[in-house]
Amino acid sequence: MKNQTIAAISTAQGEGGIGVIRISGSNAAAIADRVFQNINQRKLSDMKGYTAAFGKIIAGGEELDEAVALVFRAPHSYTGEDVVELSCHGGVFITQQVLRAVLAAGASPAEAGEFTKRAFLNGKMDLTEAEAVIDIISAKSRSAARTALFVKDGALSRRITKVKDALLSLAAHLSAWADYPEEDIAEVTDDMILNTCAAAISDLEGLLSTYDSGQAVKQGIDTVIAGRPNVGKSTLMNLLSGCEKSIVTEIPGTTRDVVEDTVVAGDVILRLSDTAGLRDTDDKVEQIGVDRAKKRLEQCGLLLAVFDNSRPLEAFDYHLLEAAQSVPSIAIINKTDLQSQLDVNKISDKINKIVYISAVTGDGRDELIQAISELAGTSELNPSEGILSNERQRANVAAALTSVKEAKAAIEMGLTYDAITVTLEDAISELLEMTGERTSDEVIDRVFHNFCVGK
Amino acid sequence: MTYFAGEYDVAVIGAGHAGIEAALAAARLGCRTAIFTINMDAVGNCPCNPSIGGTAKGHLVRELDALGGEMGKTADACFLQSRMLNRGKGPAVHSLRAQIDRRKYSDTMKHKLELQKNLELRQAEITDIEACDGGWLLTTQMLAQYRCKSVVVATGTYLGGRIYVGEVSYESGPDGMFPATKLALSLKALGLPLRRFKTGTPARILRRSIDFSDLEVQKGDEPPQPFSYETESLGENKVDCHISWTNDRTKQIILENIHRSPLYAGRIEGVGPRYCPSFEDKVMRFADKPRHQLFIEPCGENTEEMYMQGMSSSLPEEVQLKFYRTIKGLEHCVMMRPAYAIEYDCVDPTAMNATLEFKDYPGLYGAGQFNGSSGYEEAAAQGFVAGVNAALKVQGKEPLVLTRANSYIGTLVDDLVTKGANEPYRMMTSRSEYRLVLRQDNADERLTPIGHEIGLISEERYQKFLHKQAQKKAEIKRLKDTTIAPSEELNTLLVSRETSEITTGVRLIDLLKRPQLDYACLTPFDKDRPNLEPNLFEQVEIEIKYEGYIQKQLKQVEQMKKLENKLLPTGFDYKELKGLRLEAQEKLNRIKPLNIGQASRISGVSPADISVLLIWLATKKEK
Repeated sequence: MKNQTIAAISTAQGEGGIGVIRISGSNAAAIADRVFQNINQRKLSDMKGYTAAFGKIIAGGEELDEAVALVFRAPHSYTGEDVVELSCHGGVFITQQVLRAVLAAGASPAEAGEFTKRAFLNGKMDLTEAEAVIDIISAKSRSAARTALFVKDGALSRRITKVKDALLSLAAHLSAWADYPEEDIAEVTDDMILNTCAAAISDLEGLLSTYDSGQAVKQGIDTVIAGRPNVGKSTLMNLLSGCEKSIVTEIPGTTRDVVEDTVVAGDVILRLSDTAGLRDTDDKVEQIGVDRAKKRLEQCGLLLAVFDNSRPLEAFDYHLLEAAQSVPSIAIINKTDLQSQLDVNKISDKINKIVYISAVTGDGRDELIQAISELAGTSELNPSEGILSNERQRANVAAALTSVKEAKAAIEMGLTYDAITVTLEDAISELLEMTGERTSDEVIDRVFHNFCVGK
Repeated sequence: MTYFAGEYDVAVIGAGHAGIEAALAAARLGCRTAIFTINMDAVGNCPCNPSIGGTAKGHLVRELDALGGEMGKTADACFLQSRMLNRGKGPAVHSLRAQIDRRKYSDTMKHKLELQKNLELRQAEITDIEACDGGWLLTTQMLAQYRCKSVVVATGTYLGGRIYVGEVSYESGPDGMFPATKLALSLKALGLPLRRFKTGTPARILRRSIDFSDLEVQKGDEPPQPFSYETESLGENKVDCHISWTNDRTKQIILENIHRSPLYAGRIEGVGPRYCPSFEDKVMRFADKPRHQLFIEPCGENTEEMYMQGMSSSLPEEVQLKFYRTIKGLEHCVMMRPAYAIEYDCVDPTAMNATLEFKDYPGLYGAGQFNGSSGYEEAAAQGFVAGVNAALKVQGKEPLVLTRANSYIGTLVDDLVTKGANEPYRMMTSRSEYRLVLRQDNADERLTPIGHEIGLISEERYQKFLHKQAQKKAEIKRLKDTTIAPSEELNTLLVSRETSEITTGVRLIDLLKRPQLDYACLTPFDKDRPNLEPNLFEQVEIEIKYEGYIQKQLKQVEQMKKLENKLLPTGFDYKELKGLRLEAQEKLNRIKPLNIGQASRISGVSPADISVLLIWLATKKEK
């Protein structure tokens, strides 16, 4: 099977320091030679694997950029094919220009996930690893990157294996008991099945509950900051900005990802959004803005409601407290360095998480981060335990859980063990599928659908 | 000097359980058929246990009967005692087993072969097989030569057979028959991938030397159920079986003499089955177990030979006698035939298609122990498939391929030709993923239409089958349409069965759905129940109670069908697909799966390899 040589930008597209264009396929070096001029004249085609060259990118007789070319030879590369990586100075414009030159020199643009797909096809990684790579690439904070790494290392596999093994040994016992009725095999009892099922249900439910928290780690929480004008929203922003704003993961090939409205608080990514005030108004145009803000507020994953310690609650504050009833909220009381005029009880009636901060002293930052972690459920999330990190895994665990529950229900209904064995085997095959020990069309489709360009 | 002795459409080598079904099926389909046996008195011999059926094996016999095979009817005719195993464990694992009179079984089968139109039974050792004019030429020890269009090899443990008893070892077939030694060489010369397997059998003990007084008795079911859908009744059980246990002294004798076992001394190279180990194997591998069970089964009505199930051995005769005599009831036993291990040649079944025809040898088929299986029932099932296909091929018709979704027979064949066998293959209920659908009670529903279509189920039997199906449908409708009013009597029953009382009218079908209730207990409340055969009530009740599970399995069958509909090209070299791991390339090139479903069941082909195949198929389609 002869593959076309493909190319794509393999670093995230942003204002990063370095942009990498990866070319993979049997003509990778030849194509790179058409755009890359080695400073010592040597052709990349003549170079061995694991070597580097410094030179210029030339397109249409014009020098685009300086670049380092890394040469990899099949099968010792990410994709298992011949690979050339051109590292240039980065920047969206330059990187795009270089890619365009490479494509003009004979490479085809890589489809979404194609590098990883080739790596997978060439036996460079298995299914779970491939999925973990997607997560690493899209991981936006250290915690997320850590979780993704643990999946690859098998923390999740271990948790799944524990449940799978327990179910497998029960199913094996049931099979032996059915297939060798006259042998001296210990009777299978209702209790034995119920206990194994109960343990499996608890483990699988535990895993499922990590999914939402896992999502919070990976994708961030839609967060709204609300409060009266001058209540100190900007103080809060500054406080949170003290947290890392741009993230560099430890994973090579991923790069800085600076987004103005995204901050990282502890282990949690917050996607902050601004709100207009929440007051009623006669101005029709302003009212539209207010309505939109209200809607935003109702749908957010986290509300940070800011109050002024030095002033009593006003009508607007009461509106805010009402709105806080329906979404996870933290009340932030600013200006604690000033004399308190605020009836905190009225706030704590509605919002049970309260954090005091002071812009002047900088107090309250750690408490705020702790409160956010607790609310997002990530404080109890130990990535080294392995968590579910994508929808496919979640679906497998959910289906396995359903089957185990069915088995338990069947016992309680008084159904015979043959039906129970079959149900347990369904659960086992879901868990096997999850760790890639069995497969079906849908798995492959979903995996490759999720890959992004360049690794 | 060889001489030309005749010409046949189908020739069957071996008249054991596989050969018999193959020959009968081919002859009944109208092919001129010959069946060869080394010894006319060994037709349909049962050289091991005197019983037919058992877990999953009972399914095979019922399915064979539903397709038009012979084993079930003959077992019914020769039955001594019959038991439905696993009652109470659920309908999917109910399995029928019958103790049979082994001499009578052999005589009955021989007579059926003799009477069968289009079929000739001959005592002759086939010593040579060679390709000839698009067919095959068989040569006998007497130098007779037969030309045949198709050949079914069903040589059992005769092929290259060698018996081991302690230090004693000699070339032999089972039960002191001659082995087929030359044929093994001829098959090897032909290029078939042969290997050595081993199996074994326990001693036969003189009945009147056994003290039964303290032994547990095992009785048959009353009334006993037949295998065949055509057998109306079996009459009464004729014998009892008995159970005894080994003890510390038995174990001691084994441990003191284990060095004299040919297996442990390394003299046997053949691979034996894990699930049917010799007694010394059990002692060595499960050292913690203080005692092992032993079943004492009569070999027939007109013999005093008793079979010692669970106690096969290849230790020296004197050691055997010593350890048998440590067992309660056997203290003074007289051994009529010693236990022995037998090693034999068989073929790697992955060299065959699901029709049991060799991929590289058109017209050559294999069945039974020759294909790496073990057990009379497994052999008969394959014999049927091979015989039918040998005949269909001669007649230029489409082959018969049974599937995992319609039968245990299909599962057995698919396992053999796809996964191969690393040890003698035994059928088990756990080998079928669709076992709530593939039950022994509904074998007729699954397979009788197929048997009728190929022409092995008579029109009369088929009409009876259709009538039964119509009755079943009507009965289910009646259960849906009949409402039972609450009454004190009914609620008393419900409470006594630990299920909830009713306060309003309830449909009969909803009462039967409750696991705690059955047809029998509802009789007083079900006045208009029609008079149907018991098997039909059984089927209806199971289908109602397990409806949800059956539906779920049918869905899984559909999913598997989708993968089976993704066809792989033939004649493709998988070495060209670089994404495949080396082992997968080799396995795929050897087994040549017809579709993705089959490929996914090959051991050594991982899910990642299947993904590669799927992606490759998808990209091929795009182009």
